[in-house]
Amino acid sequence: MFIIYCPYCCEYREEEEFHPKGQAHIERPKDPEACSDEEWGDYLFFRDNPRGVHHEMWVHAAGCRKFFNVTRHTVSYKILETYKMGEKPSVTAESVAATTATPESVQKEGVRA
Amino acid sequence: MSKVATFDTRAEADLPVATPMAYSFAHSGAPAVTPQSRVVLRERPLQGHLILRGGAIVLDEAVRKVLGINLPGEPQALTLDESGQRSVQWLSPDEWLVIVPDGEAFELETALRHELADAHYAISDVSGGQTLLELEGEGATEVLMKSVIYDVHPSHFKVGKGVTTVFAKATVILRRPSETRWELVVRRSFADYTYRWLLDAGDEFAIGVER
Ligand SMILES: [Zn+2]
Repeated sequence: MFIIYCPYCCEYREEEEFHPKGQAHIERPKDPEACSDEEWGDYLFFRDNPRGVHHEMWVHAAGCRKFFNVTRHTVSYKILETYKMGEKPSVTAESVAATTATPESVQKEGVRA
Repeated sequence: MSKVATFDTRAEADLPVATPMAYSFAHSGAPAVTPQSRVVLRERPLQGHLILRGGAIVLDEAVRKVLGINLPGEPQALTLDESGQRSVQWLSPDEWLVIVPDGEAFELETALRHELADAHYAISDVSGGQTLLELEGEGATEVLMKSVIYDVHPSHFKVGKGVTTVFAKATVILRRPSETRWELVVRRSFADYTYRWLLDAGDEFAIGVER
């Protein structure tokens, strides 16, 4: 069970009030007519599936009904931060790699969780 | 004044009106209030419910002028007028719920539209889509603890707070206008479900229905 901080309601709420909505920060090709089929296909169908830090969109479905972003560790399931739409994450794969000693330590933590 | 077409949803003709709870009172039972009742349930029927959407600053100015209440800018906040009959509740960063007594909604909507003029906003009359239930009594908090996932302990849920959350398998807007009273704004289509759930959950507190 997650307790998720909604950046719009400004408080922690139970997971039951939220829905995950897939990968965040996907940029629509500026000019769809001009981009290649491959670029359009990537935009439409292909998503990252990293082992580690992942940025996702969630919606506070039973609460304020706003979309926001969640940075979540896909191994430990730990939510590292939540932030509003239009904002940039402060926790990224790079920033986590720089602060944690080894990838193994993160993995073990995940097994425990 | 904007060019939006509006109309008063209350018919001028003297037609019989029924609230969503009318069906429930007739079909799902309504236990009487007894001296043993630690919770009392009542409906505040046929209130005017308006949803305001737009920027907080623009709406605040209009609401203060027309209704004399501040638009709550803080999340989860609920403000009432002196009589306690009119309220404005924060629902999301650009959305508020206004509840006023029966017959005031259209007049209020018209006045707000006049005040807001060409500003970027939306007002929807949702009076027909939801109703207001009240829970009162020392057992009310415990009935809610059995029903909603939100923490309703008085230390966390202070007077003047209102949240949208999960109630059993439905959603509810839960508000605490005073120390002893809780308000539930429920959708019309879930009204009977919510009502029957409350009767069941309140059974151990000898819940009574005031009509
Ligand atoms: Zn929220």
